[in-house]
Amino acid sequence: MQHYTMNLKLKVWRQQNSKSEGRFEVYDVNDISSEMSFLEMIDVLNEKLIKDGGDSIAFDHDCREGVCGMCSMVIDGRPHGPWQGTTTCQLHMRAFKDGDTITIEPFRANAFPVVKDLMVNRGAFDRIIQAGGYISVNTGNAVDGNAILIDKQNADDAFAAAACIGCGACVAACKNASAMLFVSAKVSHLALLPQGQPESKQRVAGMIAQMDKEGFGSCTNTYACEAECPKEISVMNIARLNREYLQSNLGS
Amino acid sequence: MLDSKIPAGPLDDKWTTYKGKVKLVNPANKRKLEVIVVGTGLAGASAASSLAEMGYKVKAFCFQDSPRRAHSIAAQGGINAAKNYQNDGDSVYRLFYDTIKGGDYRAREANVHRLAEVSTNIIDHCVAQGVPFAREYGGLLSNRSFGGTQVQRTFYAAGQTGQQLLIGAYQSLERQVALGNVEMHTRHEMIELVIIDGKARGIIARNLETGELERHFGHAVLLCTGGYGNVFYLSTNAMGSNVTAAWKAHKKGAYFANPCFTQIHPTCIPVSGDHQSKLTLMSESLRNDGRIWVPAKQGDTRKPNEIPEEERDYYLERRYPAFGNLVPRDVASRAAKERCDAGYGVGSSKQAVYLDYADAILRYGKIEASKRNLGNIGTDAIIALGKEVVKEKYGNLFNMYEKITGENPYEIPMRIYPAVHYTMGGLWVDYELKTTVDGLYALGEANFSDHGANRLGASALMQGLADGYFVIPYTLGNYLAEEIRTSNISTDHPAFIDAEKVASDRINKLMTIQGKQTVESFHKRLGKIIWDKCGMARNEEGLKQAIAEVRALRDEFWSDVKIPGIINQMNPELDKAGRVADFLELGELMCLDALERKESCGGHFREEYQTPDGEALRDDNDFMYVAAWESKEVGSWNLHKETLDYEVVKPSQRSYK
Repeated sequence: MQHYTMNLKLKVWRQQNSKSEGRFEVYDVNDISSEMSFLEMIDVLNEKLIKDGGDSIAFDHDCREGVCGMCSMVIDGRPHGPWQGTTTCQLHMRAFKDGDTITIEPFRANAFPVVKDLMVNRGAFDRIIQAGGYISVNTGNAVDGNAILIDKQNADDAFAAAACIGCGACVAACKNASAMLFVSAKVSHLALLPQGQPESKQRVAGMIAQMDKEGFGSCTNTYACEAECPKEISVMNIARLNREYLQSNLGS
Repeated sequence: MLDSKIPAGPLDDKWTTYKGKVKLVNPANKRKLEVIVVGTGLAGASAASSLAEMGYKVKAFCFQDSPRRAHSIAAQGGINAAKNYQNDGDSVYRLFYDTIKGGDYRAREANVHRLAEVSTNIIDHCVAQGVPFAREYGGLLSNRSFGGTQVQRTFYAAGQTGQQLLIGAYQSLERQVALGNVEMHTRHEMIELVIIDGKARGIIARNLETGELERHFGHAVLLCTGGYGNVFYLSTNAMGSNVTAAWKAHKKGAYFANPCFTQIHPTCIPVSGDHQSKLTLMSESLRNDGRIWVPAKQGDTRKPNEIPEEERDYYLERRYPAFGNLVPRDVASRAAKERCDAGYGVGSSKQAVYLDYADAILRYGKIEASKRNLGNIGTDAIIALGKEVVKEKYGNLFNMYEKITGENPYEIPMRIYPAVHYTMGGLWVDYELKTTVDGLYALGEANFSDHGANRLGASALMQGLADGYFVIPYTLGNYLAEEIRTSNISTDHPAFIDAEKVASDRINKLMTIQGKQTVESFHKRLGKIIWDKCGMARNEEGLKQAIAEVRALRDEFWSDVKIPGIINQMNPELDKAGRVADFLELGELMCLDALERKESCGGHFREEYQTPDGEALRDDNDFMYVAAWESKEVGSWNLHKETLDYEVVKPSQRSYK
C-alpha cells in the first residue's frame, strides 16, 4: 500500500447546543497521512484549534473499532462516509486525495436533536428497546443452553440481525428519517429464535408504537438505509417486521 | 488487617455453603433500598438488571450516550464455561486450575473456583436472553479453543461475542428501565464518592451534556467501571475508558490491588505512526488457526510470500511445542518482543511479526472439498473453499484488518504486535466483592480478584457476567440486610455538599490554568513513559526513572494544561482532562508496585528475575501475596499484603513446553 500525505479543506457543522442555530465553518488541515483514520484526522484538527485558542469540534466516538455504534457524522452527504459497510471510525484517509474538500455534518433527524456540533442525542433508540426489544427472562430461570435446539440457519440469521450497532445511520440516510431498519433488526433477531416467540406480538406492536411516538418518519422502501448501514443489515428484516406486525394485528 | 472473608470448608463447597447461610432481604424491604451502579458494561448491566429484577431500586450511570456502548461490546473471541459439551475432559476443576495457572499463581483460589462454578449458569442465562451464539448444524452450541487451555470450552458469536453478550445484558437492563426499576443516567460520569459514617452512601456525578454536578444517594455503590489500560495512552481500550471512578474511591479509602499487573495482548495491529489514537485487537481466537512466524534471517526485507518455508521461524511452535501458538498471552507477547528486539521483526517499523493463515486456508479447503465430495479439484479451488470457511469464522476480523492496513489478509500474512489490552489489577475486594470501604463494591475488570498476574482469553466476559448475574445478587444482600432500617439520606447532608465542593473546585482549577499544552499531549507523554518503563519488560532503574518522570509530568500538567470551552456545556476536552489527571496519579502507583514486586510473574516481567531460557521467574517465598495499596495523599501510599494460601493447587513453575 502506497502511503501519501494530503492537504484538505473541511467544511464542518458547528452548533453550540440543541437550541442554537448551526453553521458551517471552513478549516484547512495539512500533512494528513493516508494511514490515519478519519477520526484521527479530526483529532489533528482539534489539537490545532485548541492551540490557536478556539474550541474543539465535539463528536461522538468511543471504541474506534466499528462496534460500539457511538461514532456518527455525515461525510460528503453519506452517513459514515464513502466506504461501504464501514463506520466513521474505521474509515481511513486513503479514501481521500490531496486537495479534496470534505463536508462533515451531524446525523440529521427530528428524533436525533443535536447536542453539540456533530454530536446528536439518540436516546430514542433506547426507548424503542424499552418498548419491547428484549426477552423477559429474569436471571436464574434458564434451562441448560443445549436444551434449546436452534436451527443453524435461524441462529445465523438472528446473529446477522443482532449485529446492528444502533448507530442511527439508517435514520440519517432515509429521506423520511425512518427507523425501520433499526427496529426490524431487533424484531428479527428475537423473532427468529424460539426464546423470542412468546412475546413476539407485544414486542413488534410496542416497538412500532414507540418508534412513531419518537417522531421517526415512515418507510417508503427506498433501501437507502441498507446501502448506508455500516453493518450491512438487510432490508429483508423490514419485510419480516411487516409480517410480524400484520400477524400481531390479526391476532388481536 | 485485610480480611478476604473466604468461607471455611473445602474449596468445592465454599460458595454453596456461603449461599446457604447468606442473609436475605425480604421483597418489601428490597423496594426501599437503593443501589447505585456506575458503568453499564457486562458487569454493570448484568448487576443493574439482576438487582432490579430482585426488587431493589437501581440507579445506573454511564458516560456514553447509551448503556449499549460500554467497551465490553468490543470483546471479540468468546466466553469460557466448563460445560464439557465437547466431551474433551473439561470440568469446573479444570477451568479453575487453568485460570489459577494462567494467572501465574497470584489469584485467590476461592474466587476463581466460584467463577468456574457459575460459568455454566452464564451460558444458560445468555441463551435464554436470546444471545445468538454460534451453533452446529444439529442446533447445538459450538465451541472453540483459546490460549492457555487444551480443551474447547469457549462459546462465541463470530468475532463479536462481547457485542452479543452486552446487547443481551443491555436489553435486560432496558426492560427494567421500562418497568421503572432502574433509573438510567446516560452521559453522566461519577467524579466523587460520598461516604457517611464510614459507609459509601452515594456519588457526585457530572452531567456531561450540561456540566452540572448532581448528588445521588444509594444504600450501596457498585463500581463496574472497567480497567485502567488507557494509562498507556495507546491501548485496545475505548477512547473514553478511564480509571476516574475507581481512583476517586481509592482516594477515599478503597485499596488498589496489584496495579502493575497489566496485560499486553500479543495479537494487535501494529502502530503505524505518531497520529495513532488507539490500537486494535485481532482476537486471540485467530491463534487457533493462524501460525505466527518471523524470517529466520535477521533484517530480511523480502515480502512474506517470497520467503520459503525453511527460511521461516515459527518461534512459538519451536519454543513451546505442547501449546504452540496457543500459549497464554503474556508468554506470546514476550516471545514476539524478544524476536523483534533481536532484529527479526517485519514491516516498515520492524516492530511486528506475521500471523499467517495460508496453512489454515488449505486445511479447511481440503476438509470442505471432502465434505462436499468434490474429489480432486486442484489447489486453487481448494484455497477458494478454504477462504470461504475462514471468512465464516473470522470474516469481521479480516475485514477490520483490511480497513485499517489496506492489506488483504486472505492473501498476505497479517502483521501483528503486542498492545495493552486488559488490567488484572484493580480495586481490592473481598470474597463478597466489597472493597475496603463498607458498602462500596467493585465488579468486573474494575476489581483485581480473579486473574492473578495474567488473564486467560475468554475469561473477562465470564468474570464480568459472573460478578453481575450470579455473585453480587447474593453478596449484596448480606450487606443490605443490615441496612433495612436506614432510610434514604438527604443529599443536603454535609458529606454530599463537601464532596460536591471538592469536585467543583477541581473542575474550576482545571479550567483556570489556561496554559499552553493540550490534554492529549500530556496523555501521550504519560503513555510513552509507562509503555517504555512499565510495559512488557521492567527493571529497577527504569521504574525509578519513570516515577520521577510521572511526578514531573503531573506538576507540569497542573500548571500548563490548556482546556478550551466552558464548564457548563458539553466539553469533551474537560472530561478528558479530569481522566488524564487521575491517570497521572495512577501511573506512579503502577511503577511503584512494579518496583516493589521483585519477581517476575504473568504480565509483570522484571528483567532482573528470569530463568536461563528467558521465562518469568516467580518468587513464591517472598511475593505470594496481593499488594493492596492504601492512599495517603497524592504520590504517597501504604502497602498492605494479603497472603495467598493455596490449599488445593500446588504452585509450580508454569510450563507450556
